[in-house]
Amino acid sequence: MAKINSKTKIHITDGVLIPGRDDSSLFSAWRIAFYGAILTLILLPVFSPRPYLDLLLFVPDGILKTFQVTVLSIFFALIIGLLVGLGRISRYAFVNRISTVYVEIIRGIPLLVQLFYIYYALAKFVRISDITSAVIAIAICYGAYISEIFRAGIQSIPKGQMEAALALGFTRGQAIFRIILPQTIKVVLPPIGNEFIALLKDSSLVSILAVSDLLRRGREFASTTFDYFETYTMIAIIYLILTLFFSRLVAIMEERMKTDAK
Amino acid sequence: MPSRVKVINVSKNFDHVIALKNVSLEVKNGDVFFIIGSSGSGKSTLLRCINRLENVTSGDIWIEENLVTGPKANIRLIREETGMVFQSFNLFPHLTVIDNITLAPRIVKKTDPKEAEENARALLKRVGLSDKEKAYPEQLSGGQQQRVAIARALAMNPKVILFDEPTSALDPEMTKEVLDVMLDLARDGMTMIVVSHEMGFAKAAATKVVYMDEAEVIEMGTPDEIFNHPKKERTQRFLKNVLRA
Repeated sequence: MAKINSKTKIHITDGVLIPGRDDSSLFSAWRIAFYGAILTLILLPVFSPRPYLDLLLFVPDGILKTFQVTVLSIFFALIIGLLVGLGRISRYAFVNRISTVYVEIIRGIPLLVQLFYIYYALAKFVRISDITSAVIAIAICYGAYISEIFRAGIQSIPKGQMEAALALGFTRGQAIFRIILPQTIKVVLPPIGNEFIALLKDSSLVSILAVSDLLRRGREFASTTFDYFETYTMIAIIYLILTLFFSRLVAIMEERMKTDAK
Repeated sequence: MPSRVKVINVSKNFDHVIALKNVSLEVKNGDVFFIIGSSGSGKSTLLRCINRLENVTSGDIWIEENLVTGPKANIRLIREETGMVFQSFNLFPHLTVIDNITLAPRIVKKTDPKEAEENARALLKRVGLSDKEKAYPEQLSGGQQQRVAIARALAMNPKVILFDEPTSALDPEMTKEVLDVMLDLARDGMTMIVVSHEMGFAKAAATKVVYMDEAEVIEMGTPDEIFNHPKKERTQRFLKNVLRA
């Protein structure tokens, strides 16, 4: 059997490719996609107002809902991710074990199933509103992924940093919050930006519940007009514009961080 | 004279590797203890046991009246009173030079920020880096970083400073600027335990020289005794090899 070179790693992100300015081919691909999508978004309603313009006027509160779900979810996912990430490197075996089990369980269950579980299955015991269920489910799911980012980020800081802090009399907690985490931010920001974009896309799953997000609004529109092709073309374009917009924003933030460090 | 640091019969094992074997030594107030020996002889491990970055397997270490190795030892207090300077400097890269120095006094000792800053400026002047207080570590040369690291250790007003090969990562010309700062401290009466290969510094500043080999203290004495009249054959061989190089 041929020996596989264990050092070779394929890194593929689950968000979208984030184009930096120095990454010229990716950057121009981004431009073609982004401006192409915007142009289509403008031209279709101009030349064919029915149904495109009607749809465009119908979905804005769906976009707002999508944002609401995304921003709330990422906020709580970051908190969960940080706590669980710290738990994963904890010296206390119990905390460590619990965090690891959490990550393993959550990552092994599809997000859609988790959504159903919290909204429908738990309804047997508590009634949670649709949007709250959506945010809880996504935050718990993405918290597990983000915890891995924090764990890797913290472990990427040289051991000498913790030792120097301890030698100066800091407690482990103080050292983590004053010395280690501030250095971790720069390392984890790009992958977290990526998770944000992936989350934005996955938020479309909440349309299965009664949350009127962008996709749901599209469905509502199509179910009255039966213009499925036109509707989902526009919905896809709007999602594309959003993710491309944020991927660029993340890239700009990364570049800022790089220059700030100097 | 009272002893600052007392190491009594300390042994340390890492799994199946013996890092320290029955090491005993006594560091008095104002002593500059110089530990030599080839790499892997346990010198660094000994330093790291003194401020409990490592736990000993057996034996006792005292810093003045505090038992470092006891189960109820106040490790934070011990570390507050024990400065440490590392081979790789370990400055905090996200903080400016002055914040590197003031952070521990402010957070650990709750020193008033103004006071901590004044103190830090005085220390920077002492190590000759007054003009660098707003710089970040990566903007400094290795020698400058190590001098900041010494200032950072001094800012906690420690009773003893542990130097773990402070110049091993430096070019020769930078080595001198760091050794000059250390010499200045030694003359000032600072109690220091230095693991290093800089024999010149040992001759100029050490009050005691310890030769370690294979996890044991082989010989201990004044610089004159060790360098000029070593009694043990292993010490003689080591010195011959080092001095020839």
